[in-house]
Amino acid sequence: MAQDSTARPILVELQDVHLSFGAAEVLKGIDLTVAKGDAVSIIGPSGSGKSTILRCINGLAQPQAGRITVAGTRVDTLRNEAERIALRKRIGIVFQQYNLFPHLTVLENITIAPTRILKVPRAEAEALARDLLARVRLADKVAAYPGELSGGQQQRVAIARALTMRPELVLFDEVTSALDPEMVGEVLAVIRELVRDGLTSILVTHEMRFAEEISDTIAFTENGRIVAQAPPAELFYRSGNPRIRQFIGGFQGYRDAVQDREGI
Amino acid sequence: MSTAALPARGRAALGPAWAWLALVAAGFLLWTVLDARLARDLLDWLPYLASGFAMNILISVLAMSAGTLAGVTLGAMELSASRLVRAPAVAYVQVFRNAPHLVLIFATTYIFPFEIVVAGNYLPFPDWLKAVFGLAIPASAYVAEIVRGAIQSVPTTQWDAAKGVGMSRGQTLRWIILPQCLRRALPPWMNLYASITMSTALASLVGVHELLHAATDASTAVRRDDFTIAVYLTVLAAFFLFCFPISRLTRRLERRFAPR
Repeated sequence: MAQDSTARPILVELQDVHLSFGAAEVLKGIDLTVAKGDAVSIIGPSGSGKSTILRCINGLAQPQAGRITVAGTRVDTLRNEAERIALRKRIGIVFQQYNLFPHLTVLENITIAPTRILKVPRAEAEALARDLLARVRLADKVAAYPGELSGGQQQRVAIARALTMRPELVLFDEVTSALDPEMVGEVLAVIRELVRDGLTSILVTHEMRFAEEISDTIAFTENGRIVAQAPPAELFYRSGNPRIRQFIGGFQGYRDAVQDREGI
Repeated sequence: MSTAALPARGRAALGPAWAWLALVAAGFLLWTVLDARLARDLLDWLPYLASGFAMNILISVLAMSAGTLAGVTLGAMELSASRLVRAPAVAYVQVFRNAPHLVLIFATTYIFPFEIVVAGNYLPFPDWLKAVFGLAIPASAYVAEIVRGAIQSVPTTQWDAAKGVGMSRGQTLRWIILPQCLRRALPPWMNLYASITMSTALASLVGVHELLHAATDASTAVRRDDFTIAVYLTVLAAFFLFCFPISRLTRRLERRFAPR
């Protein structure tokens, strides 16, 4: 798979990205590469700057140093809001807390951006919205308000909303961390399908098994640095880095799997 | 924690209040029934009093409309990232939120001219319109604070989400934040409306023909103690009947919109 990735064009590239909030240095030189059509997961301990990396990619946070390129656009040199808005129209983002607009119905949540910003005709936007809702298996919830939905359903609406501008890239920021365990599966199933259909995506996640299954490469962050980026099999089972082995081993189920393979 | 107990306590506190009100109203009615002359005089003056009260309502509606328009703008300005925009709005709000309504009514009455020249035409600038400005100024300052508080009560994650789908700051404010503010801002806004309505009586002091002014006219014309008492009771009843339903509705809305 790594060979595949290098053959495909690079969609996202971060080079030596540094970012501090006041005195707190959050990113201390991030390098990350995402090829078009790839799914890249970012894993690592809490507070290691994973979410901040995503916010830098769509311009919600501005790094102090480094280069960020998304589909030919130098994100780090965008200096005004209009340019950042143009960038964000091409990048979808899904948040941990869903962040749906509570005063709008499910359908309006999905159509507000295309109809009001891109001036897509309402009928066309609604047809796309219904399509997307069918894909996330919520076709019957068009008229519901977010408050009437479960966490898992809200998160699936948020995924549909992120796809509504037909983005070239979707960022998933710990999208299952706020969900009850029985709802995690339905959300992951939707993401799995999207990735299989060739959506370029970057996922910050704590779902190790899921990351291993769907990712083309996995990046491991610690202390504001990306310690390693490699295909899952390599990072999970053949990493020479003791910190990575310890982190992976900390998750239920992996200890045994790693030991099994070491035995061979 | 005791959300279920609250309405019950409210009702319990209201019980005696209702009883007293009913008692006063019944006594007043009985008095007019027993004293036919008083009832007739009161009935004669009622249309005049009503025309006065119409002025109170007109002033309150205009002052609140102007105050709301200006207040929403000022409230948004108070949250601007630019100090140049923020500072004047904050200064305006602080100055006029802390000025007595009567002082502002006097100020607008004596500062504004009695007529304005527009392209050679003399347009009258009546006192009642000056009173509208006098009350619109504090109303706008209060509305600004209500709006600022409501905007700040919307979680910042809503801004992130709106930016995430490509909205600008202004679009986010208009389509996402302000609509959510509406339900949070409605109860305090209605409270303010009731309070501004009650302040319209102050306009009588600068000679505006409104309810209190009309009542004084009536009492001076009839010159009878029982009539004077009855007329001012009528004034109280008029304000009460107009403002009390608003404050009741506000309490209902507050309960309904309380964060769950």
